[in-house]
Amino acid sequence: MVPAPYRIERVKRETHDTFTLDLLPMDSTSVSSFGPGQFNMLYVFGVGEVPISISSDPANCPALEHTTRVVGAVTKAMGRLKRGDVVGVRGPFGSHWPVTEEGGRDFIIVAGGIGLAPLRPALYALMRQREKFRKIVLLYGARAPEDILYRKELEHWRGKFDLEIQVTVDRGAAGWRGNVGVVTTLVGRAPFDPTNTVALVCGPEVMMRFAVMELQKRGIGADRIFLSMERNMKCATGFCGHCQYGPSFICKDGPVFQFDRIEPIFGKAEI
Amino acid sequence: MIHSLESVIRAHTFFHGLEERYIAFIAGCAKNAVFGVSQYILREGDPADQFYFIRQGLVSVEIMIPQQGPVTVQTLAEGDMLGWSWLAPPYRWHFDARAVEETRALAFDGKCLRNKCDEDHDLGYEIMKRFTHVVSQRLDATRLQLLDLYGVHI
Repeated sequence: MVPAPYRIERVKRETHDTFTLDLLPMDSTSVSSFGPGQFNMLYVFGVGEVPISISSDPANCPALEHTTRVVGAVTKAMGRLKRGDVVGVRGPFGSHWPVTEEGGRDFIIVAGGIGLAPLRPALYALMRQREKFRKIVLLYGARAPEDILYRKELEHWRGKFDLEIQVTVDRGAAGWRGNVGVVTTLVGRAPFDPTNTVALVCGPEVMMRFAVMELQKRGIGADRIFLSMERNMKCATGFCGHCQYGPSFICKDGPVFQFDRIEPIFGKAEI
Repeated sequence: MIHSLESVIRAHTFFHGLEERYIAFIAGCAKNAVFGVSQYILREGDPADQFYFIRQGLVSVEIMIPQQGPVTVQTLAEGDMLGWSWLAPPYRWHFDARAVEETRALAFDGKCLRNKCDEDHDLGYEIMKRFTHVVSQRLDATRLQLLDLYGVHI
């Protein structure tokens, strides 16, 4: 429960409002391992604490990366930190993507905006065991070309030929020759076998609603669709109740949920 | 293997369930078309006398913004239908459409099909039903784009 001190090794500006902190532990109370999809509570001393998904390769632990968007006071303060500054880390918390249990299947990964950050560790894990899986398809939607996260990495992965990546933006710009349209429109023509596919989805909840609709239209069962849900989290240990989602706590039972578990309450306005 | 236009039309989900006599007629209104990289398929303001079923390739639906140049509002790909302005007056294109890569399509004579739909309302209803579905899907997607889902909303 006590934050472990981590030093910032690097601050990378991803977009105008999103940055990645590369962290290394300062003592032995560090995160020794994590599952793709899990999150840490990051503490900016004197300001406050926020839950941020781990966005690094699990194989590089105890080194951690956290990609964060500036949305409030704590993330604003975090965005002003520099190399050498210290943050507190509690975690890892929550459930993880099923990337070790599902050998022999196709994977379709649908990410929207900063939703790509919690899916990035899953991609690393899948690529590390590439021979276990069949097709791996990443569909990524961003607001505009300048908001595309991890651009160099996406270009590198695309060049590997054994990972299909399609990127789309909601708003084209003069000079943009790539796909324009919401990411959900890519699901209908993505190359995968719906009878033997696992879908991992992360992004704004509205986007996930429509993505699930499209995935199910393609024939993927609710038990093979996994979503990362988000609610306000405070304690991250299932005590405060802030992140209650129906009968579950996002911090303990999630954030990754098998869709058939949450289907009855998914999209309900009052939940 | 060369497929006849009728077999290509019959295989497309857009035409599923259409009576055979209509398939034959529609095939008679269709021809193959190929567009090179960056070639315009249709231009804003031009008469909307055709529509296209994209068989292979990528098409950007664009609008020319002064001092900015062409801006893509939507990208269409294999299996998508391009163009519905041929269905509603004044039968003029509202946007440009350009091939992003070499694109093969079936081009349909919209004027001929429109006249036939005026004569045969059963055919007209079948065509309208199908295009309504396409338009509603595009409208849903456009609404999601308008929501600016990835923007910060505080």
